[in-house]
Amino acid sequence: MVKNEQPVVKMSSITKRFLDVTANEDISFQLHRGEICALLGENGAGKTTLMNILFGYYSSDEGEIFIKGAKAALSAPRDAIARGVGMIHQHFALVPSQTVLENIIVGTDTGKGIFLDLKSARQALIELQERFGLQIDPEARVWTLSVGEQQKVEILKALYREVDILIMDEPTAVLAPAETADLFKTLRSLVEEGRSVVFISHKLNEVMDISDRIVVLRSGRVVAERKTAETSTKELANLMVGRELLENIEKKQLPPGPPVLEIKNLDVLNDKKLAALKNLNLVVRQNEILGIAGISGNGQKELSEVLFGMRLPTDGFIKVNDKPLKFGSPAAAIQSNMGRIPEDRIDTGLLMDLSVAENLILENHSTADFHRYGLLKSQKIHQFSDDLIKNYSIKTAGRDALTKSLSGGNLQKVMLARELAGEPSLIIASQPTRGLDVGAMEYIHRRILQERARGAGILLISEDLDEIFALSDRIVAIFEGEIMGESPGATASREQIGLWMSGVKT
Amino acid sequence: MIRFRIIKREPLPGWAKIVIPIAAIIVTLILAAIPILFAGGHLWKSYFYLFHGALGTRYNLLETFVKASPLLLTGLAVAFAFRAKFWNIGAEGQLLAGALTATVLGVHLGSVPAVLVLPMVIIGGFLGGGIWASIPALLKTKLKVDDVVSTLLLNFVMIHIMGALLFGPLQQPGSSWPRSSAIVEAARYPILMAKSRFHMGILISLLAVFAVWFINKKTTFGYQSKAVGVNIRAAHFGGINTTSVILWTALISGGLAGLAGVGELCALQYRLIMDISPGYGYSGIVIAMLGNLHPVGVLFSSLFFSVIIVGAQTMSRMTGVPTYIAEVIQGMALMVMLVFLLFTEYKIRMVRK
Repeated sequence: MVKNEQPVVKMSSITKRFLDVTANEDISFQLHRGEICALLGENGAGKTTLMNILFGYYSSDEGEIFIKGAKAALSAPRDAIARGVGMIHQHFALVPSQTVLENIIVGTDTGKGIFLDLKSARQALIELQERFGLQIDPEARVWTLSVGEQQKVEILKALYREVDILIMDEPTAVLAPAETADLFKTLRSLVEEGRSVVFISHKLNEVMDISDRIVVLRSGRVVAERKTAETSTKELANLMVGRELLENIEKKQLPPGPPVLEIKNLDVLNDKKLAALKNLNLVVRQNEILGIAGISGNGQKELSEVLFGMRLPTDGFIKVNDKPLKFGSPAAAIQSNMGRIPEDRIDTGLLMDLSVAENLILENHSTADFHRYGLLKSQKIHQFSDDLIKNYSIKTAGRDALTKSLSGGNLQKVMLARELAGEPSLIIASQPTRGLDVGAMEYIHRRILQERARGAGILLISEDLDEIFALSDRIVAIFEGEIMGESPGATASREQIGLWMSGVKT
Repeated sequence: MIRFRIIKREPLPGWAKIVIPIAAIIVTLILAAIPILFAGGHLWKSYFYLFHGALGTRYNLLETFVKASPLLLTGLAVAFAFRAKFWNIGAEGQLLAGALTATVLGVHLGSVPAVLVLPMVIIGGFLGGGIWASIPALLKTKLKVDDVVSTLLLNFVMIHIMGALLFGPLQQPGSSWPRSSAIVEAARYPILMAKSRFHMGILISLLAVFAVWFINKKTTFGYQSKAVGVNIRAAHFGGINTTSVILWTALISGGLAGLAGVGELCALQYRLIMDISPGYGYSGIVIAMLGNLHPVGVLFSSLFFSVIIVGAQTMSRMTGVPTYIAEVIQGMALMVMLVFLLFTEYKIRMVRK
């Protein structure tokens, strides 16, 4: 019998190295029956690595794992699943073209011999759904589901495999607030039945909300363990970054100058050929940060893509620095002296398989600074990249290191370094700190304010209201492609912006 | 019970890029023992004649270079295109297009000053292959037609165009064979070493190794082409004209394959025949993969292939193992290399249950 006092998971002295990086160093971790334990830490602190070891995805270099009292040698996730350990990664492992039911039974022994027994599988699935309130049509194709629903499918997949130790890696990163509330309800009902949950996150408020116990990781080590009831977000933040955070970033009063960006009557379609932006009008001035608040999927992505030259509008007019912007040409956007921080830095912003230097010169490699008669000036390129790596304190093995070897915060620093090197008069920053830890976030906020002080006008598109409020001189809220209202940053109320974001016009 | 599992491994250090192809070649040669024994050959004798036949005498050694030249050019053509993720499977057709253009020029340029003839034939052959390769590149960039399919199928289109011309307007007057008239003297590659077929085209292909390396490493175009290959969306975002990069990549790639056709025509055959290429364009794909898409790697893998092809002739004569063994070994080399490349990303672990 499982004794209540005995931890269901015990990891002792786990060490894991990747080439020359130590991701986990001498970590001991325990999980008890019926608890939600949060693993809190910045990006690169080693949270996901540790749990990937428990899930059998990686093997540790040193240390031992005990699951339900028995020593476990895990060489693949299926070993972990056999012992009741399931993990839901940030990127789901679902087949979009198959149904919910098909996705759930894949890889299990459902049926007799070579024949599938979908009927009893469906019955079992429906029972699980009712028990935990995870309502999804078993026959729906996965690609038709929202991200939140897909996550439910992943949870059902784990429950169907009789998982009683569930690891969730940053489960709320992709969810809307209402979906997050749903997820938390589900997680609570799981632990009430005696299951255990590990909740990986770097979001302090969520961790305070959902967990019973918090283990804080920093640079691959456990730095603290707290009962959630006995700690505060402030203490956790300090433990996480290892230094006192600035509560408020200082922001100088600056009078806005002439407009650097004027958008008039912009109409844009999304990928499904539906209206993403409807008759949008905006102005951004020198020395000014205009924050666009909104829930994801309300036209922000399409707006930034039009400005970046990655999408054609159907109607409208854009002026950058008082000159009309040529649509559909990233090269024209670059030439208009625009700094562009795309929301998706890995697929759009950066060339992950090229070196850091090769990424830094992407936009000006064909200027006279870096080539003569088509021959690259390697001396100049080295100088330029070394300077930027230093100025932006980018942590890398060197300019020739592959970009994909960098952590999330450092990737964004490369992005910033490249885009700000030319001292742009207009900066479009789309979700500039999404997925970044507190330290990197603070760094990026400071940089953005420095650029404002230098004289740039900044269009800040963000789903993070804290970020919008901390940085913006003016705030507009966007809903279904329309501006719902505008308020000065200093006097804006969260309630008002929140209402606008959810489509309530006041 | 013991089971095996494939799991992802951590990135390998740089030296693996050199060690892996060499290991692949060694394993291929060991595996080649199976068909050799199967064909009734004496194992050590067969290996001996395989290498002796390719490297043992001056003539054979030079002949190995003669054979390597077209393989090197098609290998470079494929490697250059693959680096930009332009999946050019059509080096065979581009080789033929190059040979065809060179034939038309070589037969008809008799009245042009002699010194100008060969440069014109070479440039013409390069452009012939290049323009033929730019058709699928245009289809890819303008109409999103899959380049694997279009480049492959255009090979067959080119074979039939060539057949139609060799039975029609290009046919040697009075001949009933599908062959062209001979090209003029001035259009022929000079032989550089006495009592051999070691010709100027071999130097051109070595020059091409340097040229491809230089473009890749030192030029803005090489940088752009690599960026497009790594992530075309991010390259576009960064202001690179990706359409133009793919077109130029195709032109150069096809041009290199075209030069292979020029070499076969101007150094060996002196007239266009239907089987001017025994599939050099397809071998080029294997050679490019075996050479890890690096020009110097392609140089060595093309030499390995030509050793096998040339040596297999002698081996066959001396031991009775059919020359087809060369093709079997080529195929094996590709399979082994692909498996080895797989293991640069994954490893097998033994598990006791």
